[in-house]
Amino acid sequence: MSPKCCLLQQINEVSFAVNDMILYLDTHPEDEKALRYFAEASDRRNKLMAEYAEKYGPLTIDDAAVSSEKLWNWSQQPFPWEKEGA
Amino acid sequence: MWNYEKRLQYPINITTPNAKLAQFILSQYGGPDGEISAAMRYISQRYTMPNRASTAVLTDIATEELSHLEMVSTMVHQLTRNLTMEEIENSGLGSYYIDHTVGVWPQAAGGIPFNACEFQSKGDPVTDLFEDLAAEQKARSTYDNILRVVRNIPEIADPIRFLRAREVVHFQRFGEALRSIQEQLDSKNFYAFNPSFDNPCTAGCAPEAR
Repeated sequence: MSPKCCLLQQINEVSFAVNDMILYLDTHPEDEKALRYFAEASDRRNKLMAEYAEKYGPLTIDDAAVSSEKLWNWSQQPFPWEKEGA
Repeated sequence: MWNYEKRLQYPINITTPNAKLAQFILSQYGGPDGEISAAMRYISQRYTMPNRASTAVLTDIATEELSHLEMVSTMVHQLTRNLTMEEIENSGLGSYYIDHTVGVWPQAAGGIPFNACEFQSKGDPVTDLFEDLAAEQKARSTYDNILRVVRNIPEIADPIRFLRAREVVHFQRFGEALRSIQEQLDSKNFYAFNPSFDNPCTAGCAPEAR
């Protein structure tokens, strides 16, 4: 697996943890262990997303300014159904 | 509002096109128990939920369903890439091809177009959440049906298994949302009134109104 794919896989994994914790916390808002797990996963996700934007281009509009000094990188990034996006 | 992330919730990389399987899987895009139906149902039902937890569950699950419809349409797109005319004509995809070439369009496996009548927004949270529980089970059954056909093709079966597992988690969360509402109602009779219409304050806000 290329370093780019490896980083994307880490983002997918930690984002899944964040997403699943969102749904759990919606119905268990006072679970302190879950709140701590969410905070850790969310922090790790933000760092990995910023790292990806820096190295390969933005995955969200919030990171689009990072790598777009001379070219609008947001539209140039592959869409995830393309072969290059997989 | 919503923001887009340029990635799939679960990676999909289908290398071998298959027109017949594309038509089967398309049903989870625009079929009666597909992901568009799920997302539109939950997005529409949010406004008459009587407590914040239930509104949050509907919003966050609807958001995940939007990523699922992107996954399903990605599978359809990758399964219809580089098909020969012979494969299209012999697979059963021929009538779809005449109207849509290999563009992604929401229809059921049997060709029935997507229709808002496939879901309800009743304005009664108990009614709506029971529908949502059933919707998750119907989608899970459809994924089971698809899995029986694709189980020996890992590049298709893996993302379908992921989607199937999410239906089970959503069912759990909707059950908890329903319970949170029922606990705020008259426990002797959940159906005495519509908590969003007849007596909006009874569920959710003022405890003294109970």
